[in-house]
Amino acid sequence: MPAITSSSLSDIVFMLLFFFMVTTQLRETENKVVVKIPQASEAAKLERKDLASYINIGTPIPSLQAQYGTDARIQLNDSFKTTSDIRDFIAAERDSKSEADRSFMTVCIRADQDVRMGIITDVKQELRRCSALKIMYSSRKAE
Amino acid sequence: MAKKTPAINSSSTADIAFLLLCYFLMTTTMGTQTGLSRRLPPMPDPNQKVEDQKVNRRNIIIVKINSADRILAGSEPIDVSQLKDKIKIFLTNPTDDPSLPVMEPTEIEGLGTRPVSKGVISLQNDRGTSYQAYIAVQNELVKAVNELRDEASMREYGRKYLALTEEQQKTIKDLVPQQISEAEPKDVGKRRR
Repeated sequence: MPAITSSSLSDIVFMLLFFFMVTTQLRETENKVVVKIPQASEAAKLERKDLASYINIGTPIPSLQAQYGTDARIQLNDSFKTTSDIRDFIAAERDSKSEADRSFMTVCIRADQDVRMGIITDVKQELRRCSALKIMYSSRKAE
Repeated sequence: MAKKTPAINSSSTADIAFLLLCYFLMTTTMGTQTGLSRRLPPMPDPNQKVEDQKVNRRNIIIVKINSADRILAGSEPIDVSQLKDKIKIFLTNPTDDPSLPVMEPTEIEGLGTRPVSKGVISLQNDRGTSYQAYIAVQNELVKAVNELRDEASMREYGRKYLALTEEQQKTIKDLVPQQISEAEPKDVGKRRR
């Protein structure tokens, strides 16, 4: 019995590989806070994903709770920050976008559903102060 | 006679490709971001004198959420499920009630003169409000506006809002504006973080 030619197998797998490379994006940051985003039936898709910057708000992940406690914290990029660091974060994010796109920059607030509004209000006020006015409340689409 | 070159054994390329594939599967995300888009009001100029914007009382509805996630719309406590209908009535004023917003006839490009509501929804929350409740209320407000837009586009074009062309959507947006203001933070009730 002749062996089945397996030379095209690699082509098939490469095809799969390219598909995933094109449709996905690299995971940039590691989550240090637990974020279970709330549901909203009217959630709309973010149009320009590359112009979004993310602010994560939630309780630290269990392995970090001994160090940081269980109060809700803000995570920017890869570390815990306070509201006063948002200004620098926004400035850095602005610089990383091309000049033409800067006005379309969206700040995506990914907050846990059990977070109290106090911390979010602080973040919003700080964003207003840095005039990053386009925001989006991350939420899951649900019917 | 040329020497016959032996073929390179290619059976392992598939394995290499599989390894690469696994690497990309692990390190990338595919989920699309969804959410509710909002525009924050710009920070008031500190040099400017604080002047209360005189918005006619009938044109504004204040939706408050307290630290126990109870909702007050206008002057009465209300459940989230009823909020949408209340907002829709507020924004359309079907009975020409003098306590509801003015429907001002406005010239809309491409449609002619149509009544446009001057109503503004002002959303206030407490520091102790849970984010979930806040998003639920925001969602109801957006839903009310979206339904009104759907109704308006059915009336004007005979199609749902999402099926319209970009230009028509803009016209409908002018006809049914989304006026949600997130007020300056106020501390109401006792503080709870």
